Amino acid sequence: MTLFLAALLLLFASALAALVLGRARAANLAGPLGCAAGCALGLASAVGALFSATPPALHLPWNIPFGALSLAIDPLSALFLLPTFTLGGAAAVYGRGYLSAMAGKRNLGAHWFFFCLMLAGMALAVCATNAVLFLISWEIMSLSPFFLICLDHDNDAVRAAGRTYLFAAHLGTAFLMAFFLIMGRLAGSLEFAAMARIAPGVLAPLAPALFCLALAGFGVKAGVFPLHVWLPEAHPAAPSHVSAFMSGALIKAGVYGILRSLILIGPMTPWMGQALVALGLITAVPALLIGIGQGELKRFLAFSSIENIGIMILALGLGILAASTGHPGAALLAFSGMLLHVVNHALLKGLLFFSAGSVLHAVGHGSMERLGGLAKRMPVTALAFILAGAAISGLPPGNAFFGELLIYVGGGIAALDLPLPSAGYAWACVAGLALIGGLSVIGFTRASGIVFLGEPRTDDAANAHDPDLSMRAAMVFLAACAAGAALASPALLRMILPAVRPLLAGQSPDLPAASSIVVNPEALLQTAVWIAAGATALALVLVLVRRWLLAGRPVHVGGDRGTWDCGYARPAPRMQYTASSYAEPMTSMFRRLLGETRRVKPPRGLFPAQGTASFASATPDRARDGLFLPLFTAVGAACDAVKRFQHGNLNLYILYVLATLVILLAFSLEFFA
Amino acid sequence: MTAALSVVLPLALAPLAAGVVNRVKALFGGRRGKPLAQSYRDILKCLGKGATISRTATWLFRAGPAANLAATLGALLFVPLGNLPAAISFPGDIFVFAYLLAMGRFFTIMAALDTGSSFEGMGASREAVFSCLAEPMLFLALMALARYADNLSLSGMLAAVSSGSWLSGAPVLALVTVSLFLLLLSENCRVPFDDPNTHLELTMIHEVMVLDHGGPDLGFIQYAQTLKLWIFSAVTASLLLPAASGSAALDALWGLAGLFAAAVAVGVTESIMARLRLIRVPPLLAAAGAFAALALVLVGD
Repeated sequence: MTLFLAALLLLFASALAALVLGRARAANLAGPLGCAAGCALGLASAVGALFSATPPALHLPWNIPFGALSLAIDPLSALFLLPTFTLGGAAAVYGRGYLSAMAGKRNLGAHWFFFCLMLAGMALAVCATNAVLFLISWEIMSLSPFFLICLDHDNDAVRAAGRTYLFAAHLGTAFLMAFFLIMGRLAGSLEFAAMARIAPGVLAPLAPALFCLALAGFGVKAGVFPLHVWLPEAHPAAPSHVSAFMSGALIKAGVYGILRSLILIGPMTPWMGQALVALGLITAVPALLIGIGQGELKRFLAFSSIENIGIMILALGLGILAASTGHPGAALLAFSGMLLHVVNHALLKGLLFFSAGSVLHAVGHGSMERLGGLAKRMPVTALAFILAGAAISGLPPGNAFFGELLIYVGGGIAALDLPLPSAGYAWACVAGLALIGGLSVIGFTRASGIVFLGEPRTDDAANAHDPDLSMRAAMVFLAACAAGAALASPALLRMILPAVRPLLAGQSPDLPAASSIVVNPEALLQTAVWIAAGATALALVLVLVRRWLLAGRPVHVGGDRGTWDCGYARPAPRMQYTASSYAEPMTSMFRRLLGETRRVKPPRGLFPAQGTASFASATPDRARDGLFLPLFTAVGAACDAVKRFQHGNLNLYILYVLATLVILLAFSLEFFA
Repeated sequence: MTAALSVVLPLALAPLAAGVVNRVKALFGGRRGKPLAQSYRDILKCLGKGATISRTATWLFRAGPAANLAATLGALLFVPLGNLPAAISFPGDIFVFAYLLAMGRFFTIMAALDTGSSFEGMGASREAVFSCLAEPMLFLALMALARYADNLSLSGMLAAVSSGSWLSGAPVLALVTVSLFLLLLSENCRVPFDDPNTHLELTMIHEVMVLDHGGPDLGFIQYAQTLKLWIFSAVTASLLLPAASGSAALDALWGLAGLFAAAVAVGVTESIMARLRLIRVPPLLAAAGAFAALALVLVGD
């Protein structure tokens, strides 16, 4: 606990130091340095807590009503601290390089102040065991990104994105307050420990309402459909190290919240599992379908984050369904796969946003159709993005494969053992995961193929180069972490299992646990690691065989030898396949659903003049345009109607006061009774 | 020992199975056809040649075919041949198996995009989309089989099913067989999904992705292609073979007979059907999924 508190203190201290330094160049040194040091301390405390027999805890009185400084790093909290501090530290190092051009010109002190505050807020939120402390740190964590997103506030689009984020964050907190007030009233205390002791009989009638409140409140943060709309707006607008942290770690706070509230609500019921499976599928599949139609690199990555949250929700639902129907084996696999995916996704998404940020930094924009050929110009960035893209699609030997494998096998066992109506959900899980994996492959081959391979489509892409040392170091660090997480996934699983136990505890033990298939998750992962490593080694051997076969034979590389392209004489970069063409088979298949719009000006005549024909397609986010825009417009109109009472005329205001007083007087005299 | 056979036999005989498909197609077309061993000659010729690599290409172009072959070889380890068990099997291995194949596909697609060619981009896009639709269908079919056999490993579920099981579970097994056969055609780029012999790049899927590869790279690609045909044929044929006899030699013979019968079936299908328009491919894949889902429902508890 001392280490954790020291980490928090260091974060707050560097926040203040950065704030004081303000526009000075040193702010871009003190901020990231203090941040990285704080994260290193925090990481040490989290790892220590994972291995300690009793969770470190702290309880101090506080003079806020019902509040107390109650902190505890139980295994679940420690598990979510891991990505927070790993990614937070890496993002700080990366951000120093990313913002170096602005140092001395803009107020980077304020930026680093809010960055440290966001890290500290999230660390506090996942460790708080008192509802008041939790909500306060949750608000710190939710509000600071607004200032981080709006770094480039001269830009209209950035301000609009910041506003969307702010609305979403506040809406979520409103649900959370309701959730904790109800729980607190039932428990008679706002301590989590007291809430966990509420008698099941008292809680049962309210459980559905509480479940929905928690899901709505935390779902906004996590980006669950249809509450995901802030992600694709905020991520492209924010500086890349901020989007990396938000996508990799911050949205996981929502997942943490859902898990924590489920543990507090108590015995899980099959319908919760079924609802979460359905919610996971309708989060992940549409997110990717919309995502593969996006032309902006970071916007696509935002949709991929929503998809991965969908996978986590899906696995959570599968685990609850299996646990509540007496299949703890499948539930264990699903829950541990989900938590493993939380860690793996954080590393990979951080790496992807870092490399996308390097592209933005080098070229100045992230529009795929205007990029290309970057692999030759920025080899480190390209390698990071392509391999992380393969890994995040769940392909072996990437680290995300191992988490998804556990979910798959859990789903497979549930699909075999559950009775018929419930088994359908397990089948949907397995088939849905396969579809999600395939869609993710489309999305990431498209993004990495169009952006990094081929020939540059514009001059700015042709002049790109790899970023400076601090940015490269952050990428290499995360890549090494991801490779380590893949190789050591059995060990990682062993660290995760204590966090799974509270989810499995309290499930009705009287149900029959009849399973024909017993899988030891650790042994399964060990086998999978051997196979993945073997396949990788085999690929390397084959590369050597290829080299040996080619030795002494005529090999012509490059020079005047262009791509054959069926003998086309003068290929030009503009003739390459585009990002929209690549996604076209899929987007046109789901055109009705997605509402894709196309603007086509076909070529006319036998010799169309240059620039007269054009084609553009865009895939909107229907949840945003169809649901939230009309909703908020309606709320805005209602507010406008109220504005009529606010004239600015003093006489009128005095009349209001008088009228109110008369009505109150009438009430107190029981005039209406 | 018997497990080694289910790896060594495909390594040696996979190109022959491809030869059988070609011979059947030639016979249907009234031609004499290439020699059965032509695939071996093609692969060996490619391995002995030099290479020409475009100035646009990067390391991915060179690594793609090797990675694809390695992934296919890895997937092969999970596939039994009839009643000869696979080299590796454990509950849940079907997911590792399918994802290894997906990894190979990822690198093939990336190598195609690496050339910057419009044709190859087109092929890559189609391959990505169709395999994305085929993957869930494959899992549904295997899930039906798994529930029927109450076993979650590829070897286990295929060993539990033999021609004798058709007496009791004919509807389920028939639906799964049809579904797996459709997936065999789709994953191996066969008519009606794709035509390996077409001469128009615009309509190709797989062949257009490897237009720029030559030399050992092309050899790797062709060998991986024949192995993949073997993998899917072996899985489909296993459903129809008689139960284990106890003798490894007899089991191997039955396995090979089933495999070549599957190759003949592929050849016949390719000869009597026309290739579908590309927009008709997703509905056919959906049909394969519908068959598998129906089988799942029919298995019951």
